[in-house]
Amino acid sequence: MAVPCLLLVLLLLCGAASPVEVQRPRGVPLSKRQFYEEDKPFTCLDGSLTVPFDRVNDDYCDCKDGSDEPGTAACPNGSFHCTNAGFRPAFIPSSRINDGICAVIRMEKEKARMSGVFLELDKDGDGFVTVNELLPHSELDPDADGTFTETEAQGLLGGVDKVDAASFESVWNNIKEKFHSESHTDTPAPEETYQEETKEPASDNDSELYPDDDIPEDDDDEEDPEDEDLDEGDYKVVPYSASPKLCFPPMQSFFKLLNEGKNKSVSRNLEKEISFDFGASAEFAYLYSQCYELHTGEYIYKLCPFNRVSQKPKYGGSETNLGTWGKWAGPEDNVYSVMKYEHGTGCWQGPNRSTTVKLTCGKETVVTSTSEPSRCEYLMEFTTPAVCQEPQNVGTTFQGHEEL
Amino acid sequence: MFQRHITKRPKMAPVLVLWLAMCLGATWAVDRGNFKTCDQSAFCKRQRALKPGDSPYRALLETMELTNTRLTLQLINDNNKVRLLLELYRLQGNITRVKINELKPLKPRYEVPDVLIRDPPTEPLSVLSQDESGVVLSLGVESQRVIVSVRPFRLDIMEGHDVLMSLNSRGLLAFEHLRMRKDTGAQYTLVVFDFQATKEEEEKAEEGMWEETFKSHSDSKPNGPSSISLDFSLPGVEHVYGIPEHADDLKLKTTDNGDPYRLFNLDVFQYELYNPMALYGAVPVMLAHNAQRTTGIFWLNAAETWVDISSNTAGKTVFGKMLDYVQGSSEIPQTDVRWISESGIIDVFIMLGPTPKHVFSQYASLTGTQSFPPLASLGYHQCRWNYNDQEDVRSVDAGFDEYDIPYDFIWLDIEHTDGKRYFTWDPHKFATPKEMLQGLMDKKRKMVAIVDPHIKIDSNYKIHNEIRSRGFYVKNKDGGDYEGWCWPGNAGYPDFTRADMRAWWASMFAYDQYEGSMENLYTWNDMNEPSVFNGPEVTMHKDAVHGDWENRDVHNLYGLYVQMATADGLVQRSGGVERPFVLTRAFFAGSQRYGAVWTGDNAAEWDHLKISIPMCLSLGLVGISFCGADVGGFFKSPTPELLVRWYQTGAYQPFFRAHAHLDTPRREPWLFGPENTALIREAVRQRYTFLPYWYQQFYHAYRTGEPVMRPLWVEYTQDPATFAVDDEFLIGQNLLVHPVTEEGARGVTAYLPGKEEVWFDIHTFQKHNGAQNLYIPVTMSSIPVFQRGGSIIPRKMRVRRSSSCMEHDPYTLYAALNARGVAEGELYIDDGHTFNYEKKEFIHRRLSFSNNVLSSVNLVPDSHFTTNSWIERIVLIGSSKPAKVTLKTADGNESQLEFDFDASMSVVTVRKPGMNAGADWTVTLQ
Repeated sequence: MAVPCLLLVLLLLCGAASPVEVQRPRGVPLSKRQFYEEDKPFTCLDGSLTVPFDRVNDDYCDCKDGSDEPGTAACPNGSFHCTNAGFRPAFIPSSRINDGICAVIRMEKEKARMSGVFLELDKDGDGFVTVNELLPHSELDPDADGTFTETEAQGLLGGVDKVDAASFESVWNNIKEKFHSESHTDTPAPEETYQEETKEPASDNDSELYPDDDIPEDDDDEEDPEDEDLDEGDYKVVPYSASPKLCFPPMQSFFKLLNEGKNKSVSRNLEKEISFDFGASAEFAYLYSQCYELHTGEYIYKLCPFNRVSQKPKYGGSETNLGTWGKWAGPEDNVYSVMKYEHGTGCWQGPNRSTTVKLTCGKETVVTSTSEPSRCEYLMEFTTPAVCQEPQNVGTTFQGHEEL
Repeated sequence: MFQRHITKRPKMAPVLVLWLAMCLGATWAVDRGNFKTCDQSAFCKRQRALKPGDSPYRALLETMELTNTRLTLQLINDNNKVRLLLELYRLQGNITRVKINELKPLKPRYEVPDVLIRDPPTEPLSVLSQDESGVVLSLGVESQRVIVSVRPFRLDIMEGHDVLMSLNSRGLLAFEHLRMRKDTGAQYTLVVFDFQATKEEEEKAEEGMWEETFKSHSDSKPNGPSSISLDFSLPGVEHVYGIPEHADDLKLKTTDNGDPYRLFNLDVFQYELYNPMALYGAVPVMLAHNAQRTTGIFWLNAAETWVDISSNTAGKTVFGKMLDYVQGSSEIPQTDVRWISESGIIDVFIMLGPTPKHVFSQYASLTGTQSFPPLASLGYHQCRWNYNDQEDVRSVDAGFDEYDIPYDFIWLDIEHTDGKRYFTWDPHKFATPKEMLQGLMDKKRKMVAIVDPHIKIDSNYKIHNEIRSRGFYVKNKDGGDYEGWCWPGNAGYPDFTRADMRAWWASMFAYDQYEGSMENLYTWNDMNEPSVFNGPEVTMHKDAVHGDWENRDVHNLYGLYVQMATADGLVQRSGGVERPFVLTRAFFAGSQRYGAVWTGDNAAEWDHLKISIPMCLSLGLVGISFCGADVGGFFKSPTPELLVRWYQTGAYQPFFRAHAHLDTPRREPWLFGPENTALIREAVRQRYTFLPYWYQQFYHAYRTGEPVMRPLWVEYTQDPATFAVDDEFLIGQNLLVHPVTEEGARGVTAYLPGKEEVWFDIHTFQKHNGAQNLYIPVTMSSIPVFQRGGSIIPRKMRVRRSSSCMEHDPYTLYAALNARGVAEGELYIDDGHTFNYEKKEFIHRRLSFSNNVLSSVNLVPDSHFTTNSWIERIVLIGSSKPAKVTLKTADGNESQLEFDFDASMSVVTVRKPGMNAGADWTVTLQ
């Protein structure tokens, strides 16, 4: 049998099993606990049916919306809520409950830390981090002028007064480097905390996981054959991947780069340039007329932003056009995150070659990888400071430069 | 995969550049010029030049010998005096076997081995009467007789006063006897063609007898002409089916105005639809059907074969037929069939039915039944040429979890190997295959990796060295190892016709031989026609040598042997415990015993979606039930609408695998926006809810030889309206599927068969009467599927990440009542992956509902298996409202069950009866 699930621990963090939590049926999120009152008939959350409370989690689907079976796999459309104290709470499709697989969610360290910080900041536990909850953390003051104002705090929250756990992710990128936890001198690694609490054999700190299912049933529940599996420890420890590259370049250098880019471009063919969309604040202009190469085993890939992408064999052979500048192609809310280069050299029977360039925030302007997920459709990862999100309050300063 | 026409691209390997040069100028359609017409195939042309007339053959009654098991009789060709030997057998189960060989051939002629599962057991024949004009033999059953007529020789199989089938009634028995070559001075060549030969024809026929060229390829024909032919007349028959593989309608067409249907295993690049050209596989079995009787012809010959079909009613319009009827025209419809093969002997099994199910059983008694597949292989398969590396596999696997779509198998095409050396892994892209396989196993999922039968000639490649040193390669005509061009460049072709070669090949699948393999790795045999890029018609030279025989003799068997050896390997690696799963592209009669087949390299076009139905129906009729087409289409890129419709269709076909060509954009189910993802998810989930039914159907196919996916006429034998239907089909007896295969469809018209039947929409439980054309409005989410009133279908409604994850889940029984308030069904459960079912380790129960009592009884009392699964719900469709519902278990305990009644659709849903799925019980409605 496999490595024992060190996460017996983490089981405790899931659903009803947690001893510190309010009593609620397995798989019910805290926010909905008021609908599940023992000794009272249960009304499906869609209002379609009312059943005796012993029908909740009795392994038969009564409600069309699956709400009577939050802790079993009986409803095809159900979901299981995992509190994941210290982590981001998550809903798991009920089809993964008791399927014999330890459904490990790869939680990156960074995200784990983020969730921990969210909980720490959310002092009143209302599920939101507010401007007021942020203010005591003066280390987060964006301009470091010694006063961390409400406006500045609001700026960090993305211009709103409060954010929930889901929206906190974007905020996190803005504050993580500066954030100091109040409770510890050093930011605690949440996983360590859990291990201490639970007297489980210490695990590799690089491993973090938790099962979202296989929670021991409540006492009054019928016997669950899958629990045997649990006892046998039929689960694997899956290491989570390395933390993602994140960055927050000093704004000074960013502006320097930007100005350099703009000056250069001005000295060139202004007319042509104007026809390009260099971003909301022309922050991508500095890339124009530059080329960036990536050397792989066999090929040299060249990205010339707003111009073309090409591939050339290292050891002789002609260059292949992987696409010429097409358009910005990011999602609506972040259109400047993806560039599309199209109409490259044709493929036999296929489309013309094209390249998608994904822009990520980085101090350096560099092509970090290329791949070909589909034949003749290339994917290039490109880091540039130009996509780094600037704090809101710097925006006005930035506008000033716009006039040149 | 296909004969490669590679793009000019930077990453191209040098070998392929060469190939490119050979393939420039490819267009989208099949290049017909690469493949022979009958006119370009010398023996077909010679044979087809022979027109119906009086046969030159005469039976020599004085040579007749009748033993307990067979009758032998010599035939003489009065034109050239060459004698043939006729053997007649009556086989158990209402089959007549007719063998004709030369009485004294110069050298032995090939008789196909390894296809029949045993020497078919015989029954005694007896002479009823005899005079100088012929002999009448009794076939025992129902006054069935064979009449052997002397001059001209012919055979008529009668039942009562009806002729069921006649052989050589059109005088097309033709046997090119083996002869010495003319320029060697032998006299035999004075008569170059055995029958009706005029001097003029002799000269003409000379061409192509001893040598034949096609395009730049020369066929040396050391044995000279050797073809055979025989005609069959089927009085009263207007519908014939079978002889796959062709991309054509279910009902075979007449071939008077074009080429015959061709059976010759070929790698046809971008095949065209609705024509009789040969494809990847060949099963020389034809079924003939009319409202009274179904019969079958099994022509056991593995050489290139052509089948001509003509009909006396084919040319008639409906008006013409009506006129015949009004005028009382006495002409009986008749279909005439003629088989022509390039070499071997005439060895034909006439299966006399009388029902389709009898014919299936008769054919199964000869060649075996569908192997019982592992349950997981009936789930969804995700394939692509290629998943690039382990990270790609990991992320696609994760995608299925993220989008909550179940799947059981992910597939790796040729790029996973180290330079197209099968049994190896690319050291960079798939550096740690066991890690990858373990990752899949942790989620109870599996993988298939391709192993093709062409072996890279490379002295650093273990497999090649072993095959070469053991002398296992097919030889060329000059005795050296045959070499051809395929994926790895220059390649050898192991001689799979050799039992010792197959045993060695099987041993290569052992875990300590096939490095990186694990028990959740299964195998795909592609290119096993075999495909030879630089060979004639993209296959092996006919004068290549397999032991004592030429490829000419064994050609259509090669693919069967490859799959046989591979499946053996998968069985052996587990010590005979685990069921194998092997997919093959080439096949022959008997291939059903070794795994699944698919319809090869189709295209992302609506017509290709449509043709998947008749192509798989035709295969099912000749024993091969485990059939599917590449979902989405292999070549080209499907529109989201086509892709969704294809998933919806594929979810209701036996082998359910998405596949795509290397040059097409990625098309995993979640890449077409949330709406399409949801539609695909729903289709795949429907498949998984029906897995218990699919599994039971496959068990039934394994037991009986009946097809899983079957044409309507098989169940509604007397309803001519069903005879040509091939845009809808049945799964078993109880599900009728009419997939949407038209672009932009707003509705489909489904034929619901059976005057007595009622059909229930499986989604709404709406009831429809049988024997009507029903117009069904459709939206993008519609998959018109109907459950037959009178049936009980077990389903598992808790769809999970893979079929294995659902193993212990409870069942919901859907009982659809017929007009008499009765329904029946079966429930089959076993461990899903071992051969222990052979030891009766299974649960097999009959579920029946009548007189308002639903009961579960054991069909096989000495079977033994236990399950955790229980019955969570009973849905009685078409039932009236009961006052109460009572469960009675085997120990006599009775308990009241809760239920819900939907008056609008007359559906009773019994809540959580909770009994174990293997137990005896009754549920009574009062």
